[in-house]
Amino acid sequence: MASLGIVKEVKRPKPLSTNSAIAYATKDLDVDVVSAYPITPQTTVVEKIADFIANGELDAEMIHVESEHSALSAAIGAAATGARTFTATASQGLALMHEILHIASGMRTPIVMSVAMRALSAPISIWNDHSDVMNARDSSWIIYFVSSAQEAYDTIIQAFKLAEDSEILLPVMVSYDGYVMSHTIEPVITEERDDVLKFAPKRPFSYRLDPDKPVTMGPIADPNWFYEIKYQQVIAMEKALVKAREIDEEFKKTFGRGYGIYECFMCDDAEALIVAKTSYATTLKTILPRMWEKGYKVGLLRLRLYRPFPVEDFKNILDKVNAILVIDRAISYGAPLQGPLAMEFSSLISREDLNLNLTSVVAGIGQRRMIDSDFENLVKLAWESRTKKFDKTIFYGVRT
Amino acid sequence: MSSELPGASELVIGGIITKPGNSLEYKTGDWRVLKPVIDQEKCVRCRLCWIYCPDAAIIEVEEEYTNKKGRKYKISYKVNYDYCKGCGICAEECPVNAIEMVPEYEKKR
Amino acid sequence: MRIEIRWHGRGGQGAVTASEIVAAAAILEGKNALAFPEFGAERRGAPVRAYTRITDESEMARTPIVSPNIVVILDPSLITPSYVEGLKENGCVVANAPEDPKDLAEKLKLKEGLGLRVATVDATSIALKWLRVPIVNTAILGSLIKATGIVKLDTVTNLVKERFPGRIGEANASAVKDAYESTKVEDLE
Repeated sequence: MASLGIVKEVKRPKPLSTNSAIAYATKDLDVDVVSAYPITPQTTVVEKIADFIANGELDAEMIHVESEHSALSAAIGAAATGARTFTATASQGLALMHEILHIASGMRTPIVMSVAMRALSAPISIWNDHSDVMNARDSSWIIYFVSSAQEAYDTIIQAFKLAEDSEILLPVMVSYDGYVMSHTIEPVITEERDDVLKFAPKRPFSYRLDPDKPVTMGPIADPNWFYEIKYQQVIAMEKALVKAREIDEEFKKTFGRGYGIYECFMCDDAEALIVAKTSYATTLKTILPRMWEKGYKVGLLRLRLYRPFPVEDFKNILDKVNAILVIDRAISYGAPLQGPLAMEFSSLISREDLNLNLTSVVAGIGQRRMIDSDFENLVKLAWESRTKKFDKTIFYGVRT
Repeated sequence: MSSELPGASELVIGGIITKPGNSLEYKTGDWRVLKPVIDQEKCVRCRLCWIYCPDAAIIEVEEEYTNKKGRKYKISYKVNYDYCKGCGICAEECPVNAIEMVPEYEKKR
Repeated sequence: MRIEIRWHGRGGQGAVTASEIVAAAAILEGKNALAFPEFGAERRGAPVRAYTRITDESEMARTPIVSPNIVVILDPSLITPSYVEGLKENGCVVANAPEDPKDLAEKLKLKEGLGLRVATVDATSIALKWLRVPIVNTAILGSLIKATGIVKLDTVTNLVKERFPGRIGEANASAVKDAYESTKVEDLE
């Protein structure tokens, strides 16, 4: 369009929290059904959607339920009829959904869910870490970690397009830090509904609950059939890796913003990398330039698409450095490495026969305060790990 | 056996059954050890067996029957042995003991 | 440019809302900004802390602010040196206090020769006058704008009216303007 001399009007950002940005995305996607139960720090997502419905800005059915178990169950029912379906949760709510998570993916219902990540009880914590989503990582949901309110808005749109693709038909989780992002006001550009729906049109699914053409969904599958049906999910996940990248590229062409399925920041000439996600990644992007000036050539590998895991891309990135430090904000108790993400990178290193040091760091559990100097310490540790091997997981900032 | 069955790529996703009512093709009558036999003479046509049968294997047929006392019924109850699993609920519920559970293979002897 | 504001108040005074309004105003004026509370103390009367970060850079750290350029104190009971900890040189303190800036500087043990600016306003009286409740956040916004010019008065009064529609919004906007006019500012040479 630029060649014709037509310049699109510059869009002015709105001051929105990530929770509000997500609500705006569901409005602009014209979702049909929202089924959710309130839980801190997710609540304002659904409150804002309820506002949109009450104002007449969104014509959707809001299903009030008595628990998250029911919220996702109702969402499955809605999605099975072909409705564009959204839900949102956090922490205990996601844990209570756990059984239904597997049913949603097993029934191939393209639900999109936002997760304002929060620690799991006990003791009770309303604060942020990643225990809830890491606990759900094997549920065959596509999982994104986003790092800003803008990225959350954009990714919800991408997520519906991905979930509803006939080759994929898997539910998608878009996760972000509770409070640190969910309740933080920042600039967000929202798009026109027509443009959003043109990018992510509602498509009738091949199989849906329709009285004129009845089907049975979620039947029993005996040992002769079950394995193949689960293997279909393996294949769909593999396809999602390709599709997610394509959708992001198309999104960038359409709206001018793209993220890739991961982000490598200051990776050129870096000798070590820190693997981080969500708000920690954003903060590290402000820390790294000044650490380079001091001689610490450490880059950032920001995880964005977590399931499916971009194995090949990560292999090529890891091949160029001497060390990686993986920050986990969840604990895998009693595991060989207690950082669950570190374990996945460790298996990638071993599978691909890569030669580099891996350091597993657990930090920010229950939103333990991490200030700029803490991130500088982690950059220094990553630098040190090029020549020094840390065999055990480091529990950064804990009082032993 | 499983090698003759279709692979993942040939199956409808999520185990979705696209042909409604296909359970008719799956005959469960051979699960039986005891089979219910309805004594039309004793049967009072109360319909309880039809209501209680968990497999809808009791069928109501328009078949007239006149018992020895001269009472005339317009309908009769029969068992669909293709699907009756022999659970015995009908015999248990029958208020006039008109249904007897008979060993499946006894009669062949 | 990177300006960091740390807000200290008590639950119910509106420190979090004030931090958000300043960020929203900066965003509407074309800057990059974010605002977030130190979460957990959402109880009326409990000490609350919030942050606003304004920059023209594309990336913003999401860490708590430990070395602010500006400290805003919404409650007179929080005027102790511990609340201005980490204040940067050439920084500014804005406080809800009836006293003169010089006296406030003394209470806070602020040193001279660091280019510090101190502003005071009797926000409680202003809030009671316009709103009849001691919710001082909108009044203190007027004071902050007077002392720092960090965002425009008009942007903030418009946002306040948008956030609190109707008569309450008008009253709050008046509180902002009243405080803007009655704020005393002093530079510690």
